[in-house]
Amino acid sequence: MSRLAVRQLDAFYGNFQALFGISLDVDEGETVAIIGANGSGKSTFLKAVAGALPVARAAVELDGVAVGGRPAHALVDRGVTLVPEGRRIFPSLTVEENLRIGGYRARPGHWTLERVYALFPRLAERRRQPGTNLSGGEQQMLAIGRGLMANPRLLLIDEISLGLAPAMVKQLYDVLAAVTAEGMTTVVVEQDVSQVLRIARRVFCFRKGAVSLAGRPDELSRSRIAAAYFGA
Amino acid sequence: MGWLDTIVQGLLLGGLYALFATGLSLIFGVMRIVNLAHGDFSILAAFLAVVLVDALALHWLLALALVVPLMALLGYLLQRLVLNRLLGRGILPPILVTFGLSIIIQNALLETFSADSRRLNPGGIDTASLALGGGLAVGWFSLITLLVAVLVLTGLQLFIGRTRRGRAFRATADDQATAALMGIDDRGLYALAMALSLGIVAVAGVFLGIRTTFAFSSGPDRLLFAFEAVIIGGLGSLWGTLVGGAILGVAQTVGAKLSPGWGILTGHLVFLGVLLIRPQGLFARQRRLD
Amino acid sequence: MATHAYRVQRTTHASRVGLGVAILALPALITLPAWGDPASMRRLVEFIALLVLAQMWNLLAGYAGLLSIGQQAYVGLGGYALIVLADDLGVDPFLSVPLAGLIAMAIALPTAALVFRFQGGYFAVGTWAVAEVFRLLVANTGALGRGTGRTLKAVFPLARETRELVTYDIALALAVAALVGIYAFLRARFGLGLMAVRDSEAASQTLGVDVFRTKLIVYLLAAFGTGATGAVIYLNLLRISPDAAFSINWTASTIFIVVIGGIGTLEGPLVGAVVFFVLRELLADYGAWYMILLGALAVSVMLAYPQGLWGLIAERWDVHVFPVQRRLRIDDAPRP
Repeated sequence: MSRLAVRQLDAFYGNFQALFGISLDVDEGETVAIIGANGSGKSTFLKAVAGALPVARAAVELDGVAVGGRPAHALVDRGVTLVPEGRRIFPSLTVEENLRIGGYRARPGHWTLERVYALFPRLAERRRQPGTNLSGGEQQMLAIGRGLMANPRLLLIDEISLGLAPAMVKQLYDVLAAVTAEGMTTVVVEQDVSQVLRIARRVFCFRKGAVSLAGRPDELSRSRIAAAYFGA
Repeated sequence: MGWLDTIVQGLLLGGLYALFATGLSLIFGVMRIVNLAHGDFSILAAFLAVVLVDALALHWLLALALVVPLMALLGYLLQRLVLNRLLGRGILPPILVTFGLSIIIQNALLETFSADSRRLNPGGIDTASLALGGGLAVGWFSLITLLVAVLVLTGLQLFIGRTRRGRAFRATADDQATAALMGIDDRGLYALAMALSLGIVAVAGVFLGIRTTFAFSSGPDRLLFAFEAVIIGGLGSLWGTLVGGAILGVAQTVGAKLSPGWGILTGHLVFLGVLLIRPQGLFARQRRLD
Repeated sequence: MATHAYRVQRTTHASRVGLGVAILALPALITLPAWGDPASMRRLVEFIALLVLAQMWNLLAGYAGLLSIGQQAYVGLGGYALIVLADDLGVDPFLSVPLAGLIAMAIALPTAALVFRFQGGYFAVGTWAVAEVFRLLVANTGALGRGTGRTLKAVFPLARETRELVTYDIALALAVAALVGIYAFLRARFGLGLMAVRDSEAASQTLGVDVFRTKLIVYLLAAFGTGATGAVIYLNLLRISPDAAFSINWTASTIFIVVIGGIGTLEGPLVGAVVFFVLRELLADYGAWYMILLGALAVSVMLAYPQGLWGLIAERWDVHVFPVQRRLRIDDAPRP
């Protein structure tokens, strides 16, 4: 039984269909990457899994239990945490409060405030500052730390690299590699293909709301990825 | 009655207005709803207290202790059963529904209690006064009202600033969709906020009923004054609400001293003046104004 | 590739029927004074007043997204303008009706400058605060009769039948003007922009619609209509006082009418006004219960059927008596 099983997932924004019959599995402890162009449905996919979009009940299974369509806040208790696109740090909360709110549901696990600070020392330095006073890269660290505080069984990360310098992106992926090496089941959506392939065991390419390519990074050539990304 | 006395009376009146305004400000900050029945709920609380005091011969403090949780429960149910259904449907429905509730409450009070003015009998505390020297005297009850207002604001500030739920309030007010990703259930939170709001405004209503007469139609004015206090003080600032209430109170007492019919009107004009000159209020903290 | 002929359809079957009904009903209404009794005439004037008020409020809230609970300001201003124009300035009382509308509109301009600083719920309370200011200002002005108010004396020289007849005719003219005016307004290009603003301010702004100007124009027009109606109301009642003229009950009634009938449609307020009046007659003996029931009805409608009675009918049978949409009709047979 896989940690996450997605079966024939359709998703709509009003009348507009964004996902067409997506099926994929993620095993426990595995790190999976989803790549694709803008508008290919990557973020929509994460939102659907995280409960931020209404979908069919049987379309999403978590450890064998059908959870499709459950509201986002209910899925946090079941261990699904989404680090959203654009960081979305709470402006009215300090850095430390942002982290604490990540642990709102007090799920048991080994991620604590101290461990997150150990992972991201720069956050500890700025713990009392308002969350949005931080630089883009620091906010991304904060967003990831906030997600870890929920002690998820399934961590969903949406576009870390957006708007950040390559050096910072590399740094973040180094940290992420350490986290995933400990066994965190992770789905990473990313536009920066080279970085994410470092940490992913398998990669899926989305195009126009459907899976256009699936496989292990070492099996897939650049040209095949490019073809799947942009379409032949 | 010298000018100093008038101003002091106005400041103390501000305490009462702050109590009215706090609940309104809280609801708007968390859920972006203006509860048009806010004032009517306070009057409902006052009538309930009158019933308890007159019919059951309870001490007004005991009546207060019963009415406040009752109104808080009413607020919780109102949000859970009625207002939560309107989430995600835009700004029109909550305004229209609370407006409808306002009319219902007023007319229900009219049917039940007739158009007569009422007043709570607090056994003398409303007339006791404290001499401050220099010929200045303030009513004990006005002082108590201000004190209670400060206590309530402090308590609320601590709750929002230091507790886990309070953090959830702030996060939800900032970004409800992302707050949901943290596991925060907005519906339960909103119900709690409405319970707090009505509980606080119940205190305001009972204190009003002790201080002066009220009738079934007294609700809308309370809403207006609460609204004006919030705007003058600035959205998003709880202490600003206290200052806003004080400024409104002073404007009203000074206006009334100048000409008896001009008290409330002066308050309205000061409010409009603040709106013209500094629309975000004196202590605005919120990023958006709407 | 064959092309299909298409046309832009602006009328519907129901609208043609509706037009037919109106053409038939109008002579009956116009000649009512001849075959009806004075009580019916007065009632019809009241009905028309509420209908026009509801249409104005609907224009504001249902089309421009401006939820005002302060329109009673313009009812009162229109009524007092009538008194001042007719009694103090010697203007013909019947001519004073449109003039009162103009005065209300003139006062609406600086008012808008203030209240447009607000949005949403705060806009609503802001408009109400302004209405209260007007009420208190009038109640404190000796020349306007202070709290006790005034009586319209300019019509005294007229015979009662004449006065009632002309009042009725003016009310009828107001109703027709309002309905035709709003309808034409919405079908025009400006109306298209307005409905775009209602659906999405951001999107319409990027398309070049001046959102602020659009809302301002609608607010001013609604003030004109409301002010003129206020004048008609007090032409009918003859006695005005600040508490009555600036009462929130005007707004409460119109809101209930529009919500129950169907907000954002032209037929809705008509349906709602009929329901309102019927209920009022049925519950006349029950005092405050009437408003309680109306309020409960409005709340329930808002919760369960936000599109209102007419919205339900329109959805179910795709009926539009006052169509403001433009529909693209594509012919089935392709052009050779």
